[in-house]
Amino acid sequence: MDWSALALSLKLAAWTMIILLPLGIWLGRVLAWRRFRRKPLIEAMLALPLVLPPTVLGYYLLVAFGGASPLGQLYQELSGQQLVFSFAGLLFASVLFNLPFAIQPMQRAFEAIPQEVRDAAACCGLSHWRTLWRIEIPLAWPGILSALVLTFAHTLGEFGVVLMVGGNIPGETQTIAIAIYDRVQSFDTAGAGIMSAALLLISLLAIGCTYLTTSRRRPRDHD
Amino acid sequence: MTESGLNVRLKQAAPIPLDVDLTCAPGEMLVLVGPSGSGKSSILRAIAGLLRAKNGCIACNGAVWFDAAKGIGVSPQRRRVGFVFQHYVLFPHLTALGNVIEALIDLPRAQREHRARDLLARVHLDGLELRRPMELSGGQQQRVAVARALAREPNVLLLDEPFSAVDRLTRERLYRELAELRRELAMPVVLVTHDLDEAQMLADRMSVLYQGRTLQTGAPLEVMTRPRTAQVAQLVGMKNVFRARVISHDNERAITIIEWRGRRLEVRLQAAFAPGSQVTWAIPRGQLILHRRDRPSRGESENPVAGVVAEFVRLGENAAVAIHVGGTDKPPLFMLIPLHVAQRNNVRPGADVVVSLLGHGIHLMPPDEARGSPQRKRRRTQPAANTVT
Repeated sequence: MDWSALALSLKLAAWTMIILLPLGIWLGRVLAWRRFRRKPLIEAMLALPLVLPPTVLGYYLLVAFGGASPLGQLYQELSGQQLVFSFAGLLFASVLFNLPFAIQPMQRAFEAIPQEVRDAAACCGLSHWRTLWRIEIPLAWPGILSALVLTFAHTLGEFGVVLMVGGNIPGETQTIAIAIYDRVQSFDTAGAGIMSAALLLISLLAIGCTYLTTSRRRPRDHD
Repeated sequence: MTESGLNVRLKQAAPIPLDVDLTCAPGEMLVLVGPSGSGKSSILRAIAGLLRAKNGCIACNGAVWFDAAKGIGVSPQRRRVGFVFQHYVLFPHLTALGNVIEALIDLPRAQREHRARDLLARVHLDGLELRRPMELSGGQQQRVAVARALAREPNVLLLDEPFSAVDRLTRERLYRELAELRRELAMPVVLVTHDLDEAQMLADRMSVLYQGRTLQTGAPLEVMTRPRTAQVAQLVGMKNVFRARVISHDNERAITIIEWRGRRLEVRLQAAFAPGSQVTWAIPRGQLILHRRDRPSRGESENPVAGVVAEFVRLGENAAVAIHVGGTDKPPLFMLIPLHVAQRNNVRPGADVVVSLLGHGIHLMPPDEARGSPQRKRRRTQPAANTVT
């Protein structure tokens, strides 16, 4: 069992979730309630990682993050490190390829809140922030939760993008999915088996928790 | 514009046409009536600050809430309006108490719960504070919505068809409760409904709307019996609307004489219409009297008109009767009579009857110009509301 790979995967998944939570709430609300001309285009762009082969996405990110690209140069100037083959680069890529997994469930959840509920909140004197905190987030919570779990589980399992952008540096960019592949390559099937089982268990727990939480909410809402 | 109370002027052509001029004094209940799509709810939303009209201004107790020309648009939060939505729109994840507490944000935290309990008790909901909206009946939800709307001690109370989603029994109880509650309220109250009976029962003043325009505003009895135009007459449910010609005025007897289908009718003096001019006239159903077969009754000397019963429909304890006057090709007169009166006088289809049209109930209006108006559609299903002679 490669504990450092597991820890790295968990760290990556946690950070991705932390970054995507506010971003997803903001983008989810905007896409749910605002009407603007380029909206279909933006929605299509955000959904792209769902259909794009991970290696293709990984290739473009590798090019975009490289020392020759403006983004790579800027990062190098600011931090003194390169973006590719680093944890920061991996996190950046992880946030990008998880966008649809985080935003779509949140967007659907916010779409389900009628405009009148927000109108009622405004008439009750609730500020925008208080409406978000007291009314919108509690009502959208099942969607937000499933978005977070999807993001978490998806990050743990992602392989192609991670390999392309992060490479396979133990302790820095070697996630558990990569470590499993690595073990299989070196004929350590027992190690690969244990890690696969660990990943399976974590994913199952995460998904199970969401279903439990949402099903516990439902009967209370309907009795 | 007056300083106190609510003053609303709105004008826009699209997306929802509005041409509105309304006032509502403190403590007064103004009821907006009109068919669906007449812009009633949009007006409430504009008052609350949830909708911004292209032109116009809204002021309350001297404070300008909206002025399109000056670019003023105070947020709903700062207008302090109490809004009871059509389907109440309670926050589904909060209890009844939680819903009211949420609106008490201006109060110190320690006082909120106590005040919310008081408000719920005021609308007879003590004991149900911890129920969620899903666990409350329609009438109970409406009461929570009223308590929540009153929580901020609003400058204006707005009620958007608050009785449309409850059954009839509950509705009648809620009417009484609202009337009771109103005695304690000092703010202007604007209620929207499409139910004319409800409007008549609750309004201090009512305003008839059609396609976003205020057609007539006044005391309910005034609007219902003396509509300004044939269109208003139809919107307030008058079925007896016809055309006639003014013959003369008799100032001494305080009557105007009109000619309708070859007969002369003596009506309340309405000197604004010149002799010889065409007019539309209307009479409320209650101002028609059926002559009894055995003995004369009050008012029989007034405008007796003979006709033939065309339709007879039982409506509970009453009967709706259509009477052809001067030929079956012309729109009939409509009246409502108690069923026992109909039976005693042998009123049935084909029977000859005589009715009196009480002169003081006959109301004259300018000739109906709106021939191409959307009322035509309504007429097809409701031939009663025809204004052909």
